[in-house]
Amino acid sequence: MRRVRAIMLKELREYGRNRSLVAAMALYPLIFTVQPLIAIFVAPSAAAASLAGRHELSFMLGIPILVPAALAAFAVAGERQQETLEPVLATPITREEFLLGKALAVFLPALVIAYVVFALFIAVVELFAKPGIAPALIGTDDVIVQVLFTPLLAAWSIWVGIAVSTRSNDVRVAQQLSVLSSLPLILITIMLSFSIIQPSFELVVFLGALLLVADVIGWRLIAPLFNREKLISGPH
Amino acid sequence: MTSPSPSASTDKGGPAISADKLTKRFGDRVAFEDVSFEIGYGEVFGFLGPNGAGKTTTVRTLGTLLTPSSGSASVAGLPLTPANGVDIRRRIAIMPESPGLYQRLSVLENLQCFADLYEINDARSRIQAVLAAVGLADRANDRSGVLSKGLRQRVALARALLSDPEILFLDEPTSGLDPAAARDVHELIGQLRERGVTIFLTTHRLDEAEKLCDRVAILNATLLSVGRPEDLRDQLFAKSLRVVTLAPLTDPAAVFGQIASVTRWSEEPPSTYVLVISDSRAAAPAVTRALAAAGADVVSIGEEQHTLEDVYLQLVDEPQAQ
Repeated sequence: MRRVRAIMLKELREYGRNRSLVAAMALYPLIFTVQPLIAIFVAPSAAAASLAGRHELSFMLGIPILVPAALAAFAVAGERQQETLEPVLATPITREEFLLGKALAVFLPALVIAYVVFALFIAVVELFAKPGIAPALIGTDDVIVQVLFTPLLAAWSIWVGIAVSTRSNDVRVAQQLSVLSSLPLILITIMLSFSIIQPSFELVVFLGALLLVADVIGWRLIAPLFNREKLISGPH
Repeated sequence: MTSPSPSASTDKGGPAISADKLTKRFGDRVAFEDVSFEIGYGEVFGFLGPNGAGKTTTVRTLGTLLTPSSGSASVAGLPLTPANGVDIRRRIAIMPESPGLYQRLSVLENLQCFADLYEINDARSRIQAVLAAVGLADRANDRSGVLSKGLRQRVALARALLSDPEILFLDEPTSGLDPAAARDVHELIGQLRERGVTIFLTTHRLDEAEKLCDRVAILNATLLSVGRPEDLRDQLFAKSLRVVTLAPLTDPAAVFGQIASVTRWSEEPPSTYVLVISDSRAAAPAVTRALAAAGADVVSIGEEQHTLEDVYLQLVDEPQAQ
Protein backbone atom coordinates (compact mmCIF):
# COMPACT_ATOMS: atom_id res chain seq x y z
CA MET A 1 0.00 0.00 0.00
CA ARG A 2 2.97 2.32 0.46
CA ARG A 3 3.47 2.53 -3.29
CA VAL A 4 -0.23 3.26 -3.90
CA ARG A 5 -0.05 5.98 -1.26
CA ALA A 6 3.13 7.39 -2.84
CA ILE A 7 1.44 7.79 -6.21
CA MET A 8 -1.73 9.18 -4.66
CA LEU A 9 0.09 11.80 -2.55
CA LYS A 10 2.27 12.78 -5.48
CA GLU A 11 -0.81 13.26 -7.66
CA LEU A 12 -2.63 15.30 -5.01
CA ARG A 13 0.38 17.57 -4.62
CA GLU A 14 0.53 18.06 -8.37
CA TYR A 15 -3.20 18.83 -8.62
CA GLY A 16 -2.88 21.45 -5.89
CA ARG A 17 -0.11 23.23 -7.79
CA ASN A 18 -1.62 22.97 -11.25
CA ARG A 19 -3.67 26.10 -12.00
CA SER A 20 -5.79 24.53 -14.73
CA LEU A 21 -6.74 21.61 -12.48
CA VAL A 22 -7.48 23.89 -9.54
CA ALA A 23 -9.64 25.99 -11.88
CA ALA A 24 -11.48 22.87 -13.07
CA MET A 25 -12.08 21.77 -9.46
CA ALA A 26 -13.54 25.19 -8.68
CA LEU A 27 -15.37 25.93 -11.93
CA TYR A 28 -17.44 22.78 -12.39
CA PRO A 29 -19.00 22.92 -8.89
CA LEU A 30 -19.79 26.59 -9.48
CA ILE A 31 -21.52 25.84 -12.79
CA PHE A 32 -23.67 23.15 -11.21
CA THR A 33 -24.49 25.18 -8.10
CA VAL A 34 -25.05 28.76 -9.23
CA GLN A 35 -27.79 28.06 -11.75
CA PRO A 36 -29.97 26.01 -9.34
CA LEU A 37 -29.39 28.48 -6.54
CA ILE A 38 -30.52 31.41 -8.68
CA ALA A 39 -33.56 29.46 -9.83
CA ILE A 40 -34.45 28.60 -6.26
CA PHE A 41 -33.95 32.08 -4.82
CA VAL A 42 -36.04 33.79 -7.48
CA ALA A 43 -38.83 31.24 -7.03
CA PRO A 44 -41.73 32.49 -4.90
CA SER A 45 -43.12 30.39 -2.06
CA ALA A 46 -46.01 29.53 -4.32
CA ALA A 47 -43.65 27.60 -6.57
CA ALA A 48 -42.99 25.07 -3.81
CA ALA A 49 -45.81 22.82 -5.00
CA SER A 50 -44.40 22.57 -8.51
CA LEU A 51 -40.91 21.82 -7.16
CA ALA A 52 -42.12 18.93 -5.08
CA GLY A 53 -42.50 16.56 -7.99
CA ARG A 54 -39.22 17.45 -9.60
CA HIS A 55 -35.68 16.37 -8.96
CA GLU A 56 -33.72 19.62 -9.31
CA LEU A 57 -30.93 18.26 -7.15
CA SER A 58 -29.95 15.62 -9.69
CA PHE A 59 -28.47 18.52 -11.67
CA MET A 60 -25.68 18.54 -9.10
CA LEU A 61 -24.63 15.02 -10.09
CA GLY A 62 -22.74 16.82 -12.85
CA ILE A 63 -20.04 17.60 -10.27
CA PRO A 64 -18.93 13.98 -9.67
CA ILE A 65 -19.05 13.46 -13.44
CA LEU A 66 -16.99 16.43 -14.63
CA VAL A 67 -14.48 16.99 -11.81
CA PRO A 68 -13.02 13.46 -12.07
CA ALA A 69 -13.09 13.65 -15.87
CA ALA A 70 -10.85 16.73 -15.76
CA LEU A 71 -8.49 15.32 -13.13
CA ALA A 72 -8.21 11.79 -14.54
CA ALA A 73 -7.20 13.14 -17.93
CA PHE A 74 -3.99 14.31 -16.23
CA ALA A 75 -3.13 10.80 -14.98
CA VAL A 76 -0.98 9.49 -17.81
CA ALA A 77 -0.81 12.45 -20.19
CA GLY A 78 0.64 14.53 -17.33
CA GLU A 79 3.34 11.92 -16.72
CA ARG A 80 4.04 11.70 -20.42
CA GLN A 81 4.31 15.48 -20.76
CA GLN A 82 6.85 15.63 -17.92
CA GLU A 83 8.66 12.49 -19.19
CA THR A 84 8.23 10.87 -15.79
CA LEU A 85 6.62 7.61 -16.94
CA GLU A 86 9.89 5.77 -17.49
CA PRO A 87 11.41 6.46 -14.06
CA VAL A 88 8.15 5.54 -12.30
CA LEU A 89 7.63 2.35 -14.30
CA ALA A 90 11.24 1.35 -13.64
CA THR A 91 10.43 1.06 -9.91
CA PRO A 92 8.93 -2.09 -8.37
CA ILE A 93 5.39 -0.70 -8.64
CA THR A 94 2.87 -3.05 -10.24
CA ARG A 95 0.41 -1.82 -12.84
CA GLU A 96 -2.50 -2.38 -10.43
CA GLU A 97 -0.77 -0.29 -7.75
CA PHE A 98 -0.04 2.45 -10.28
CA LEU A 99 -3.60 2.49 -11.55
CA LEU A 100 -5.10 2.36 -8.05
CA GLY A 101 -2.89 5.23 -6.86
CA LYS A 102 -3.94 7.31 -9.85
CA ALA A 103 -7.63 6.46 -9.46
CA LEU A 104 -7.73 7.17 -5.72
CA ALA A 105 -6.01 10.51 -6.24
CA VAL A 106 -8.96 11.51 -8.43
CA PHE A 107 -11.72 9.71 -6.55
CA LEU A 108 -11.07 11.21 -3.12
CA PRO A 109 -11.02 14.91 -4.06
CA ALA A 110 -13.95 14.40 -6.43
CA LEU A 111 -15.97 12.80 -3.65
CA VAL A 112 -15.02 15.46 -1.11
CA ILE A 113 -15.85 18.30 -3.51
CA ALA A 114 -19.17 16.75 -4.57
CA TYR A 115 -20.34 16.02 -1.01
CA VAL A 116 -19.15 19.32 0.46
CA VAL A 117 -20.76 21.36 -2.31
CA PHE A 118 -23.99 19.37 -1.96
CA ALA A 119 -24.01 19.85 1.81
CA LEU A 120 -23.38 23.58 1.45
CA PHE A 121 -26.10 23.81 -1.18
CA ILE A 122 -28.63 22.18 1.13
CA ALA A 123 -27.55 24.35 4.04
CA VAL A 124 -27.93 27.52 1.97
CA VAL A 125 -31.37 26.47 0.69
CA GLU A 126 -32.53 25.49 4.18
CA LEU A 127 -31.34 28.78 5.65
CA PHE A 128 -32.10 31.32 2.97
CA ALA A 129 -34.72 30.03 0.50
CA LYS A 130 -38.28 31.30 0.77
CA PRO A 131 -40.60 29.36 3.09
CA GLY A 132 -41.78 26.03 1.70
CA ILE A 133 -39.09 25.81 -0.94
CA ALA A 134 -36.55 23.75 1.03
CA PRO A 135 -38.89 20.90 2.07
CA ALA A 136 -40.30 20.77 -1.47
CA LEU A 137 -36.87 20.64 -3.05
CA ILE A 138 -34.94 18.42 -0.70
CA GLY A 139 -36.51 15.01 -0.42
CA THR A 140 -34.92 12.09 1.37
CA ASP A 141 -34.89 10.14 -1.89
CA ASP A 142 -32.94 12.96 -3.60
CA VAL A 143 -30.32 12.95 -0.86
CA ILE A 144 -29.96 9.17 -1.01
CA VAL A 145 -29.58 9.27 -4.80
CA GLN A 146 -26.97 12.00 -4.47
CA VAL A 147 -25.00 10.10 -1.83
CA LEU A 148 -25.08 6.78 -3.67
CA PHE A 149 -24.67 7.96 -7.25
CA THR A 150 -21.79 10.35 -6.54
CA PRO A 151 -19.13 7.60 -6.11
CA LEU A 152 -20.62 5.47 -8.89
CA LEU A 153 -20.55 8.31 -11.40
CA ALA A 154 -17.12 9.49 -10.25
CA ALA A 155 -15.65 6.01 -10.71
CA TRP A 156 -17.03 5.77 -14.24
CA SER A 157 -15.66 9.21 -15.14
CA ILE A 158 -12.28 8.22 -13.74
CA TRP A 159 -12.05 5.15 -15.95
CA VAL A 160 -13.09 7.13 -19.03
CA GLY A 161 -10.65 9.93 -18.18
CA ILE A 162 -7.76 7.57 -17.55
CA ALA A 163 -8.50 5.61 -20.74
CA VAL A 164 -8.39 8.86 -22.72
CA SER A 165 -5.23 9.90 -20.88
CA THR A 166 -3.35 6.71 -21.78
CA ARG A 167 -3.93 7.53 -25.44
CA SER A 168 -2.84 11.15 -25.29
CA ASN A 169 0.40 13.11 -25.11
CA ASP A 170 -1.25 16.41 -24.29
CA VAL A 171 -3.04 17.09 -21.02
CA ARG A 172 -5.40 19.73 -22.44
CA VAL A 173 -6.45 17.55 -25.34
CA ALA A 174 -7.00 14.68 -22.91
CA GLN A 175 -9.13 16.90 -20.66
CA GLN A 176 -11.28 18.09 -23.53
CA LEU A 177 -11.84 14.55 -24.80
CA SER A 178 -12.49 13.26 -21.31
CA VAL A 179 -15.06 15.96 -20.54
CA LEU A 180 -16.61 15.42 -23.96
CA SER A 181 -16.95 11.70 -23.22
CA SER A 182 -18.82 12.55 -20.04
CA LEU A 183 -21.49 14.61 -21.78
CA PRO A 184 -23.98 11.72 -22.28
CA LEU A 185 -24.08 11.24 -18.50
CA ILE A 186 -24.49 15.00 -17.98
CA LEU A 187 -27.39 14.93 -20.42
CA ILE A 188 -29.11 12.24 -18.36
CA THR A 189 -28.74 14.25 -15.15
CA ILE A 190 -30.15 17.34 -16.90
CA MET A 191 -33.10 15.32 -18.22
CA LEU A 192 -33.75 14.07 -14.69
CA SER A 193 -33.58 17.53 -13.17
CA PHE A 194 -35.93 18.98 -15.76
CA SER A 195 -38.28 15.99 -15.34
CA ILE A 196 -37.86 14.92 -18.96
CA ILE A 197 -37.10 11.51 -17.49
CA GLN A 198 -39.34 10.59 -14.56
CA PRO A 199 -37.24 8.45 -12.26
CA SER A 200 -39.06 5.58 -10.68
CA PHE A 201 -37.59 3.57 -7.83
CA GLU A 202 -36.98 0.68 -10.26
CA LEU A 203 -35.23 2.93 -12.77
CA VAL A 204 -32.94 4.36 -10.10
CA VAL A 205 -32.01 0.89 -8.85
CA PHE A 206 -31.45 -0.27 -12.42
CA LEU A 207 -29.22 2.71 -13.23
CA GLY A 208 -27.28 2.24 -9.99
CA ALA A 209 -26.70 -1.44 -10.71
CA LEU A 210 -25.75 -0.62 -14.29
CA LEU A 211 -23.17 1.92 -13.13
CA LEU A 212 -21.76 -0.50 -10.55
CA VAL A 213 -21.29 -3.16 -13.22
CA ALA A 214 -19.83 -0.58 -15.60
CA ASP A 215 -17.35 0.54 -12.91
CA VAL A 216 -16.16 -3.03 -12.33
CA ILE A 217 -15.86 -3.63 -16.09
CA GLY A 218 -14.07 -0.26 -16.35
CA TRP A 219 -11.35 -1.42 -13.92
CA ARG A 220 -10.92 -4.65 -15.88
CA LEU A 221 -10.65 -2.78 -19.18
CA ILE A 222 -8.33 -0.04 -17.96
CA ALA A 223 -5.86 -2.25 -16.04
CA PRO A 224 -4.43 -3.82 -19.25
CA LEU A 225 -3.88 -0.31 -20.65
CA PHE A 226 -1.44 0.20 -17.78
CA ASN A 227 0.86 -2.37 -19.34
CA ARG A 228 4.39 -0.93 -19.14
CA GLU A 229 5.17 -1.50 -22.79
CA LYS A 230 1.97 0.23 -23.93
CA LEU A 231 2.56 3.20 -21.65
CA ILE A 232 6.22 3.57 -22.64
CA SER A 233 5.60 3.06 -26.34
CA GLY A 234 3.01 5.85 -26.21
CA PRO A 235 -0.23 6.41 -28.02
CA HIS A 236 1.21 6.10 -31.54
CA MET B 1 33.67 -9.76 -32.06
CA THR B 2 35.94 -10.01 -29.05
CA SER B 3 35.35 -10.99 -25.45
CA PRO B 4 31.59 -10.96 -24.91
CA SER B 5 32.33 -12.23 -21.40
CA PRO B 6 32.84 -10.01 -18.40
CA SER B 7 36.18 -8.68 -17.20
CA ALA B 8 34.97 -8.11 -13.65
CA SER B 9 34.06 -10.70 -11.07
CA THR B 10 31.10 -13.00 -11.28
CA ASP B 11 31.46 -14.19 -7.70
CA LYS B 12 27.75 -13.71 -6.98
CA GLY B 13 27.23 -16.98 -8.81
CA GLY B 14 26.81 -15.69 -12.34
CA PRO B 15 26.93 -12.56 -14.43
CA ALA B 16 25.12 -9.40 -13.36
CA ILE B 17 23.52 -9.22 -16.79
CA SER B 18 23.53 -11.73 -19.59
CA ALA B 19 21.77 -11.57 -22.92
CA ASP B 20 21.51 -14.42 -25.39
CA LYS B 21 20.29 -13.61 -28.90
CA LEU B 22 18.04 -10.95 -27.38
CA THR B 23 15.82 -9.30 -29.98
CA LYS B 24 13.20 -6.57 -29.85
CA ARG B 25 10.89 -5.71 -32.72
CA PHE B 26 8.08 -3.18 -32.92
CA GLY B 27 5.89 -4.70 -35.62
CA ASP B 28 8.13 -5.00 -38.66
CA ARG B 29 10.73 -2.62 -37.32
CA VAL B 30 13.76 -4.19 -35.67
CA ALA B 31 15.03 -2.18 -32.69
CA PHE B 32 17.88 -4.62 -32.03
CA GLU B 33 18.44 -8.28 -32.78
CA ASP B 34 20.58 -11.23 -31.77
CA VAL B 35 22.31 -9.27 -29.05
CA SER B 36 24.45 -11.48 -26.81
CA PHE B 37 26.82 -10.42 -24.03
CA GLU B 38 27.60 -10.92 -20.37
CA ILE B 39 28.43 -8.29 -17.78
CA GLY B 40 30.12 -9.14 -14.50
CA TYR B 41 29.22 -7.72 -11.11
CA GLY B 42 31.11 -4.48 -10.46
CA GLU B 43 31.84 -3.93 -14.12
CA VAL B 44 31.29 -0.62 -15.90
CA PHE B 45 29.96 -1.60 -19.30
CA GLY B 46 29.69 1.00 -22.04
CA PHE B 47 26.98 0.71 -24.66
CA LEU B 48 27.75 2.77 -27.73
CA GLY B 49 26.00 3.27 -31.01
CA PRO B 50 24.55 5.88 -33.34
CA ASN B 51 21.12 7.43 -32.84
CA GLY B 52 18.42 4.83 -33.40
CA ALA B 53 20.82 1.94 -32.89
CA GLY B 54 18.62 0.44 -30.18
CA LYS B 55 20.61 1.44 -27.08
CA THR B 56 17.70 2.91 -25.11
CA THR B 57 15.41 0.08 -26.22
CA THR B 58 18.00 -2.39 -24.92
CA VAL B 59 18.09 -0.59 -21.57
CA ARG B 60 14.29 -0.57 -21.40
CA THR B 61 14.15 -4.25 -22.29
CA LEU B 62 16.71 -5.25 -19.68
CA GLY B 63 14.94 -2.95 -17.23
CA THR B 64 11.66 -4.91 -17.74
CA LEU B 65 9.88 -1.94 -19.31
CA LEU B 66 9.65 -3.69 -22.67
CA THR B 67 9.17 -7.37 -23.38
CA PRO B 68 11.77 -8.96 -25.64
CA SER B 69 10.48 -10.38 -28.93
CA SER B 70 12.85 -13.34 -28.77
CA GLY B 71 16.00 -14.51 -27.09
CA SER B 72 16.65 -14.65 -23.38
CA ALA B 73 18.40 -12.64 -20.71
CA SER B 74 19.01 -12.53 -17.00
CA VAL B 75 19.34 -9.40 -14.90
CA ALA B 76 20.72 -9.37 -11.35
CA GLY B 77 20.65 -13.15 -11.36
CA LEU B 78 16.99 -13.42 -12.35
CA PRO B 79 15.67 -14.59 -15.71
CA LEU B 80 14.13 -11.72 -17.64
CA THR B 81 10.49 -12.83 -17.50
CA PRO B 82 7.29 -10.90 -16.73
CA ALA B 83 6.95 -12.87 -13.49
CA ASN B 84 10.32 -11.59 -12.28
CA GLY B 85 9.62 -7.97 -13.25
CA VAL B 86 9.03 -6.62 -9.75
CA ASP B 87 12.00 -8.50 -8.24
CA ILE B 88 14.34 -7.34 -11.01
CA ARG B 89 13.19 -3.75 -10.63
CA ARG B 90 13.87 -3.93 -6.89
CA ARG B 91 17.54 -4.69 -7.67
CA ILE B 92 18.16 -2.21 -10.46
CA ALA B 93 17.71 1.48 -11.16
CA ILE B 94 17.41 3.27 -14.46
CA MET B 95 18.39 6.85 -15.05
CA PRO B 96 16.80 7.77 -18.38
CA GLU B 97 18.27 10.31 -20.75
CA SER B 98 15.61 12.85 -19.85
CA PRO B 99 15.66 13.58 -16.09
CA GLY B 100 11.86 13.10 -15.87
CA LEU B 101 11.15 14.99 -12.68
CA TYR B 102 7.78 16.15 -11.38
CA GLN B 103 8.29 19.80 -12.09
CA ARG B 104 5.70 21.16 -9.66
CA LEU B 105 7.23 19.19 -6.79
CA SER B 106 10.36 20.05 -4.88
CA VAL B 107 13.51 17.98 -5.16
CA LEU B 108 12.75 16.50 -1.75
CA GLU B 109 9.15 15.63 -2.72
CA ASN B 110 10.35 13.97 -5.91
CA LEU B 111 12.82 11.82 -4.01
CA GLN B 112 10.32 11.11 -1.22
CA CYS B 113 7.88 9.73 -3.80
CA PHE B 114 10.52 7.39 -5.22
CA ALA B 115 11.75 6.37 -1.76
CA ASP B 116 8.19 5.25 -1.06
CA LEU B 117 7.96 3.44 -4.42
CA TYR B 118 11.09 1.49 -3.46
CA GLU B 119 9.76 1.10 0.12
CA ILE B 120 13.02 2.43 1.52
CA ASN B 121 13.32 2.40 5.30
CA ASP B 122 14.60 5.59 6.89
CA ALA B 123 13.91 7.41 3.67
CA ARG B 124 14.81 10.86 4.99
CA SER B 125 18.41 9.99 5.84
CA ARG B 126 18.80 8.07 2.59
CA ILE B 127 17.53 11.08 0.63
CA GLN B 128 20.00 13.34 2.43
CA ALA B 129 22.81 10.90 1.63
CA VAL B 130 22.07 10.75 -2.11
CA LEU B 131 21.57 14.51 -2.33
CA ALA B 132 24.95 14.99 -0.68
CA ALA B 133 26.48 12.46 -3.09
CA VAL B 134 25.38 14.55 -6.09
CA GLY B 135 26.16 17.88 -4.41
CA LEU B 136 22.57 19.04 -4.01
CA ALA B 137 22.13 18.91 -0.24
CA ASP B 138 21.28 22.61 -0.15
CA ARG B 139 18.72 22.46 -2.99
CA ALA B 140 16.30 19.94 -1.45
CA ASN B 141 13.44 22.41 -1.17
CA ASP B 142 13.83 23.95 -4.62
CA ARG B 143 11.03 23.28 -7.08
CA SER B 144 12.31 20.88 -9.73
CA GLY B 145 10.85 22.94 -12.56
CA VAL B 146 13.13 25.89 -11.85
CA LEU B 147 16.36 23.88 -11.83
CA SER B 148 18.79 24.00 -14.74
CA LYS B 149 19.15 20.93 -16.99
CA GLY B 150 22.38 20.03 -15.27
CA LEU B 151 20.87 20.20 -11.80
CA ARG B 152 17.83 18.19 -12.91
CA GLN B 153 20.19 15.58 -14.29
CA ARG B 154 21.86 15.40 -10.90
CA VAL B 155 18.50 14.98 -9.16
CA ALA B 156 17.73 12.14 -11.56
CA LEU B 157 21.04 10.53 -10.63
CA ALA B 158 20.24 10.95 -6.94
CA ARG B 159 16.88 9.29 -7.58
CA ALA B 160 18.61 6.37 -9.31
CA LEU B 161 20.89 5.92 -6.30
CA LEU B 162 18.06 5.98 -3.76
CA SER B 163 17.47 2.24 -3.71
CA ASP B 164 21.18 1.39 -3.57
CA PRO B 165 20.82 -0.76 -6.70
CA GLU B 166 22.99 -3.72 -7.64
CA ILE B 167 22.82 -2.65 -11.27
CA LEU B 168 22.55 0.92 -12.45
CA PHE B 169 21.49 1.73 -16.00
CA LEU B 170 22.69 5.19 -16.96
CA ASP B 171 21.35 6.49 -20.25
CA GLU B 172 23.50 9.44 -21.34
CA PRO B 173 24.12 10.58 -17.75
CA THR B 174 26.28 13.58 -18.66
CA SER B 175 24.08 14.82 -21.48
CA GLY B 176 23.62 18.57 -21.02
CA LEU B 177 26.10 18.85 -18.17
CA ASP B 178 28.94 21.36 -18.12
CA PRO B 179 32.47 19.90 -17.96
CA ALA B 180 32.77 20.36 -14.19
CA ALA B 181 29.42 18.69 -13.54
CA ALA B 182 30.30 15.88 -15.98
CA ARG B 183 33.56 15.35 -14.12
CA ASP B 184 31.59 15.07 -10.85
CA VAL B 185 29.37 12.42 -12.43
CA HIS B 186 32.45 10.54 -13.64
CA GLU B 187 33.86 10.60 -10.11
CA LEU B 188 30.56 9.36 -8.76
CA ILE B 189 30.56 6.50 -11.26
CA GLY B 190 34.09 5.67 -10.13
CA GLN B 191 32.94 5.58 -6.50
CA LEU B 192 30.01 3.35 -7.40
CA ARG B 193 32.33 0.98 -9.22
CA GLU B 194 34.55 0.79 -6.12
CA ARG B 195 31.45 -0.16 -4.11
CA GLY B 196 30.76 -3.00 -6.53
CA VAL B 197 27.79 -1.49 -8.34
CA THR B 198 27.44 -2.79 -11.88
CA ILE B 199 26.98 0.07 -14.30
CA PHE B 200 25.47 -0.17 -17.76
CA LEU B 201 26.35 3.12 -19.40
CA THR B 202 24.98 4.27 -22.72
CA THR B 203 26.75 7.30 -24.04
CA HIS B 204 27.60 9.21 -27.18
CA ARG B 205 30.72 10.53 -25.54
CA LEU B 206 33.43 8.13 -26.60
CA ASP B 207 36.03 9.81 -24.38
CA GLU B 208 33.70 9.17 -21.46
CA ALA B 209 33.32 5.51 -22.41
CA GLU B 210 37.06 5.10 -22.84
CA LYS B 211 37.74 6.72 -19.48
CA LEU B 212 35.07 4.97 -17.44
CA CYS B 213 34.31 1.60 -18.99
CA ASP B 214 35.98 -1.73 -18.40
CA ARG B 215 34.43 -2.99 -21.62
CA VAL B 216 32.31 -1.49 -24.33
CA ALA B 217 29.77 -2.85 -26.77
CA ILE B 218 29.09 -1.16 -30.07
CA LEU B 219 25.54 -1.60 -31.28
CA ASN B 220 23.90 -0.71 -34.53
CA ALA B 221 20.72 -2.81 -34.33
CA THR B 222 23.05 -5.80 -34.12
CA LEU B 223 26.04 -6.02 -31.82
CA LEU B 224 29.11 -5.06 -33.84
CA SER B 225 31.71 -5.69 -31.19
CA VAL B 226 32.22 -6.23 -27.47
CA GLY B 227 35.48 -5.95 -25.63
CA ARG B 228 37.96 -3.84 -23.74
CA PRO B 229 38.68 -0.60 -25.63
CA GLU B 230 42.36 -1.48 -26.02
CA ASP B 231 41.52 -4.95 -27.33
CA LEU B 232 39.14 -3.47 -29.88
CA ARG B 233 41.84 -1.07 -31.00
CA ASP B 234 44.36 -3.89 -31.37
CA GLN B 235 41.82 -5.99 -33.21
CA LEU B 236 40.87 -3.31 -35.69
CA PHE B 237 44.03 -1.33 -36.16
CA ALA B 238 47.54 -2.58 -36.82
CA LYS B 239 50.21 -1.05 -34.62
CA SER B 240 52.12 1.60 -36.48
CA LEU B 241 54.91 4.12 -36.11
CA ARG B 242 54.74 7.60 -37.57
CA VAL B 243 58.14 8.90 -38.61
CA VAL B 244 58.67 12.54 -39.60
CA THR B 245 62.00 13.60 -41.11
CA LEU B 246 63.27 17.07 -41.91
CA ALA B 247 63.70 16.23 -45.60
CA PRO B 248 62.35 13.36 -47.72
CA LEU B 249 64.43 10.18 -47.59
CA THR B 250 66.25 9.44 -50.82
CA ASP B 251 65.55 5.72 -50.64
CA PRO B 252 62.93 4.92 -47.96
CA ALA B 253 62.54 1.33 -49.20
CA ALA B 254 66.17 0.67 -48.41
CA VAL B 255 65.82 2.20 -44.95
CA PHE B 256 62.59 0.51 -43.83
CA GLY B 257 62.72 -2.65 -45.93
CA GLN B 258 65.61 -4.09 -43.96
CA ILE B 259 63.87 -3.91 -40.56
CA ALA B 260 62.31 -7.25 -39.58
CA SER B 261 59.63 -5.81 -37.28
CA VAL B 262 58.33 -3.45 -40.01
CA THR B 263 55.79 -5.40 -42.03
CA ARG B 264 54.94 -2.63 -44.50
CA TRP B 265 55.23 1.10 -44.85
CA SER B 266 53.71 4.03 -46.71
CA GLU B 267 54.74 7.58 -47.43
CA GLU B 268 52.74 10.73 -46.70
CA PRO B 269 54.55 13.46 -48.69
CA PRO B 270 56.61 15.37 -48.21
CA SER B 271 58.49 13.61 -45.41
CA THR B 272 56.18 11.54 -43.20
CA TYR B 273 56.30 7.73 -43.17
CA VAL B 274 53.79 5.39 -41.57
CA LEU B 275 55.29 2.01 -40.70
CA VAL B 276 53.08 -0.96 -39.85
CA ILE B 277 54.95 -2.90 -37.18
CA SER B 278 54.63 -6.18 -35.39
CA ASP B 279 56.27 -5.11 -32.13
CA SER B 280 56.68 -1.49 -31.10
CA ARG B 281 59.38 -2.20 -28.48
CA ALA B 282 61.61 -3.85 -31.10
CA ALA B 283 60.67 -1.67 -34.06
CA ALA B 284 61.20 1.83 -32.63
CA PRO B 285 64.92 1.38 -31.74
CA ALA B 286 65.60 -0.44 -35.04
CA VAL B 287 63.91 2.33 -37.05
CA THR B 288 65.85 4.98 -35.15
CA ARG B 289 69.14 3.19 -35.87
CA ALA B 290 68.27 2.72 -39.56
CA LEU B 291 67.36 6.40 -39.95
CA ALA B 292 70.56 7.49 -38.24
CA ALA B 293 72.60 5.14 -40.46
CA ALA B 294 70.91 6.66 -43.53
CA GLY B 295 71.90 10.14 -42.32
CA ALA B 296 68.30 11.32 -41.97
CA ASP B 297 67.40 14.28 -39.76
CA VAL B 298 64.58 12.89 -37.62
CA VAL B 299 61.93 15.32 -36.40
CA SER B 300 59.82 12.74 -34.52
CA ILE B 301 59.12 9.04 -34.16
CA GLY B 302 55.95 8.00 -32.36
CA GLU B 303 53.51 5.17 -32.11
CA GLU B 304 50.19 6.03 -33.75
CA GLN B 305 47.43 6.16 -31.11
CA HIS B 306 43.97 4.99 -32.14
CA THR B 307 41.14 6.14 -29.94
CA LEU B 308 37.87 4.45 -29.15
CA GLU B 309 36.38 6.95 -31.56
CA ASP B 310 38.47 5.42 -34.36
CA VAL B 311 37.18 1.98 -33.38
CA TYR B 312 33.61 3.24 -33.22
CA LEU B 313 33.75 5.00 -36.57
CA GLN B 314 35.44 2.03 -38.20
CA LEU B 315 32.74 -0.36 -36.95
CA VAL B 316 29.74 1.86 -37.45
CA ASP B 317 30.79 3.26 -40.83
CA GLU B 318 31.94 -0.09 -42.25
CA PRO B 319 28.49 -1.62 -42.82
CA GLN B 320 27.20 1.67 -44.20
CA ALA B 321 30.05 1.81 -46.69
CA GLN B 322 29.37 -1.73 -47.92
